[in-house]
Amino acid sequence: MSTLRIPTPLRTYTSGKSEVSVSGAKISEALSDLTAQFPAIKPHLFNEGGELRPFVNLFVGENNIKDLQGVDTPIKDGDKIMLIPSIAGGKIS
Amino acid sequence: MIEELSHEQILRYSRHLLMPEVGLQGQIKLKNSSVLVIGTGGLGSPVALYLAAAGIGRIGLVDYDTVDSSNLQRQVIHGTSTVGKLKVESARDRLTDLNPDIQVDVYNEPYTSENALRIAKDYDVIIDGTDNFPTRYLTNDVSVFLGKPNIYGSIFRFDGQVSVFYAKEGPCYRCLFPEPPPPGLVPSCAEGGVLGVLPGTVGTLQATEAIKVLLGIGEPLIGKLLLYNALDMSFDFVKLKKNPNCRVCGPNADIKELIDYEEFCGVPGHHADDTSAGANWDITAQEMQERLARDPNLLLLDVREPHELQISAIKGAKNIPLGEVAQRMSELDSADEMIVFCKRGSRSARAIEILSSAGFKKMKNLKGGINAWAEEVDKSLPLY
Repeated sequence: MSTLRIPTPLRTYTSGKSEVSVSGAKISEALSDLTAQFPAIKPHLFNEGGELRPFVNLFVGENNIKDLQGVDTPIKDGDKIMLIPSIAGGKIS
Repeated sequence: MIEELSHEQILRYSRHLLMPEVGLQGQIKLKNSSVLVIGTGGLGSPVALYLAAAGIGRIGLVDYDTVDSSNLQRQVIHGTSTVGKLKVESARDRLTDLNPDIQVDVYNEPYTSENALRIAKDYDVIIDGTDNFPTRYLTNDVSVFLGKPNIYGSIFRFDGQVSVFYAKEGPCYRCLFPEPPPPGLVPSCAEGGVLGVLPGTVGTLQATEAIKVLLGIGEPLIGKLLLYNALDMSFDFVKLKKNPNCRVCGPNADIKELIDYEEFCGVPGHHADDTSAGANWDITAQEMQERLARDPNLLLLDVREPHELQISAIKGAKNIPLGEVAQRMSELDSADEMIVFCKRGSRSARAIEILSSAGFKKMKNLKGGINAWAEEVDKSLPLY
């Protein structure tokens, strides 16, 4: 199991949880597990074609999966995965 | 160029002069430096206050808003006595009181593609203290084109992000976020709220980074993003790399000049009204009152979060928070007419989009939300 950290804006879709335990050997499997547990988060991460939305950034440890193997990036037990949102604050976003 | 400090200045900055990392030469460097602060709100307040106190020679402030009492929970550069005043003037007065030794230039105008290069070109460092995506992308691109460091800070509820985007030495904002989220996907602070002290923490970190960059000391957050969560009291760092496909700072960049950022982000950046689902959906508070008089059983759907009902509520309204509308629409009958509302109309507009794509047609969006209802119809309710 790995730990996926959920940023505040998306916690509405994870019953308020800040961290979710996910299983899988690579990022795509971990995300499938996350969306199986919390279906409401799916449209916020994936577009209609099932691809990760461009403004969604996932990091394994300190590294962006875009700099690794994308959704095929392997993960191991105990890895910390972070979902980094695009936030603008203020009035309009 | 100032080459030495007066006796008064030596006394004022003595705690800096005692540290070898700053010292007399560093303080003179700060005195000869200039920083442009975009926005004098939650982030801009602590940034400008600390930079002024630190003796940055010239500070530029860009904002077009006026001070409102709901700003004072976090925008500490302003005060009760300046409610209603222009933010740039309120801020300038506070800064020159804190440190009359500095020059404050104010720009009481929205920061746009038309004026941004002209305003920013004469400053050494740019601070992103903005509150919307179009201005963030504009601030980034201006910094890239002018070759200046962009000290980035962003906040939402309990989360903060800080980085130094400096395309000459590392990635830019677009390397991380090539494009913004579609409008409506991320709630704004006006809808989602923000812990008042959060921009204090984040803005103070931005001021720290600005001073480090100006002095050339320490390790600025170039190529690193700080993620702060106030509830967990966690500080995490991740590595950011230059994106080889970046459209503004990559080797094959195709964006060479400023663009229309409101169009790029699909949202207005200034004097924005994102609260409409389309004019044909809108109903005013007055019209809603008339409709209710004719049909007291008309369904009112409140899509705010349950805790907001404790602040103000309309009796008899059914509450389904926006995040649950997609799952719980089976509780609604598309044959019934309904009026959807939230705090000010933007979440209800999103709810209408969701319901409309599921086949609901007999809906209206309360323009201005429950706040408009409180202002125009039921004055016993508070504004928030």
